[in-house]
Amino acid sequence: MIRVEKLSRTFGEVAALNAVDLQVRKHQTTVIMGGSGSGKTTLLRMLAALDKPSSGHVWFDGHDLASIRRKELYELRARMGMVFQYSALLNSLNVYDNVAFTLHEHTQLDESIIRTMVTMKLEQVGLRGFESFMPSELSGGMAKRVAFARALAMDPEIVFFDEPTSGLDPISAGVIATLIKDLTQKTHMTSVVVTHDVHAGLQIADYIILLWQGDIIAEGTPDEIRQHADERVQQFLEGRPDGPIPFSRSKTAYIDDLLHKPGVVRIL
Amino acid sequence: MMSVSFDAVIRLLGSLGRFALTSLDRMGDATTLSLSSLALLFRRPWQGQHIVLQLYALGVGSFIIIAITGAFTGMVLALQGYYTLAKFGSESLLGAGVALSIIRELGPVLGALMLIGRAGSSITAEIGIMRVTEQVDALEMMAINPRARVLLPRIIATTIALPILVTMFDIIGLASGYVIGVELLGVNGGAYIGEMISKVMLQDLYAGWVKAVGFGFIIGVICTYMGYRAEPTTEGVAAATTKAVVAASVGVLIMNYVLTSFFL
Repeated sequence: MIRVEKLSRTFGEVAALNAVDLQVRKHQTTVIMGGSGSGKTTLLRMLAALDKPSSGHVWFDGHDLASIRRKELYELRARMGMVFQYSALLNSLNVYDNVAFTLHEHTQLDESIIRTMVTMKLEQVGLRGFESFMPSELSGGMAKRVAFARALAMDPEIVFFDEPTSGLDPISAGVIATLIKDLTQKTHMTSVVVTHDVHAGLQIADYIILLWQGDIIAEGTPDEIRQHADERVQQFLEGRPDGPIPFSRSKTAYIDDLLHKPGVVRIL
Repeated sequence: MMSVSFDAVIRLLGSLGRFALTSLDRMGDATTLSLSSLALLFRRPWQGQHIVLQLYALGVGSFIIIAITGAFTGMVLALQGYYTLAKFGSESLLGAGVALSIIRELGPVLGALMLIGRAGSSITAEIGIMRVTEQVDALEMMAINPRARVLLPRIIATTIALPILVTMFDIIGLASGYVIGVELLGVNGGAYIGEMISKVMLQDLYAGWVKAVGFGFIIGVICTYMGYRAEPTTEGVAAATTKAVVAASVGVLIMNYVLTSFFL
């Protein structure tokens, strides 16, 4: 479905991704895991063509997203959906109009048909009856489910999830994780999930890609990842604060800083 | 000692140059962004409905503040004008004085400054918050060009709304100037109106409207740009809103001088 070749992205001097290669297979849930600053959100934004790579290619079903024209991209977007970290519902519209948004914008369907479709999508995420609620009246978990329903509105082939479980209580997080797994299987869609939630990631993934500082350090099925020999992988899965990935991110020698040695680099 | 001050001069020149470069850079960016948005006016899908919505929100919403400003500006001009003109015994010119000041200068400028405060700041804050909450990206993912949907209608709306608001400002200002001049200060009503009609030329009205269109346009461009390029954090949106109000106000005042020098 998506093939990524030597993908790099730099922000000024800082490299967020270093020539990454990977594949997203059809009808699977691919989970991209990593800590903060590992480059996973940057990677997702480029898979969804929200950001342009500094170098390399993202092939989406034969189209190179790095050099695609806006018109073609917008046609491809009908086949993509995205659930954003903070849901990103349009806050001037109620739940119904948010879910119906792409149908209103890109189809000439009758309102009665759109109503039926919206009802079905809301039923899939378990929120039928909330049509007239405004986004500000929803809890975080409910807003995410509405965002999920909105992403499903055009029956996309692939849905991107940015941190679907972060900021949610364990039960809501579990609900979202289960929804992703179930809907991916039932509707034969493809899901790409970016998360630092190890528990949810291992639970829903068919394939896991583990990023660290802009490099892929491990990939495979959840079981392969659980048994991975790399110490960094085990540290991430267990959430140990110190190990091969060091606790201290200080850039200067501690003793120099304490002694106020000249020439010490100060970090804000 | 000498070398220290020399260093200071170099540093000063350096920071001046940096300031000039970043300013030019941002102006160029703002120009490309707004031109590329405006070009979408002639492309499908047609954004008419969204332009009307913005016209209502920004234009109609600003009417009350414009009316109040217009009324008090007309009133104070009549008071000040009477005080000055009475010294030369030419109170009968009061009508012409008030009308020319309002139509040529104060209507467009004060109208623009009020629109910046009332509508410009909210444009920047709204677009900035859409950025923070990823709504701009969400539109992009749903194959809606945010430039066409978010930026374009607001630029068009301020450009159309300001001339209309300025016309209302002028009418209310002239009427309240008349009330103060004639009813309160006792200037002859016939002379007030007669002088006003004979001294105000059609080209004065045009000058006012051209200014209003120009001001409305740069308000739209600056305020949408600042919001769209706001750093996606709470502080970023706050800073962008302040910057938008300052830049738009200064822009209006500079543009006002340039346009006035053309029209005289």
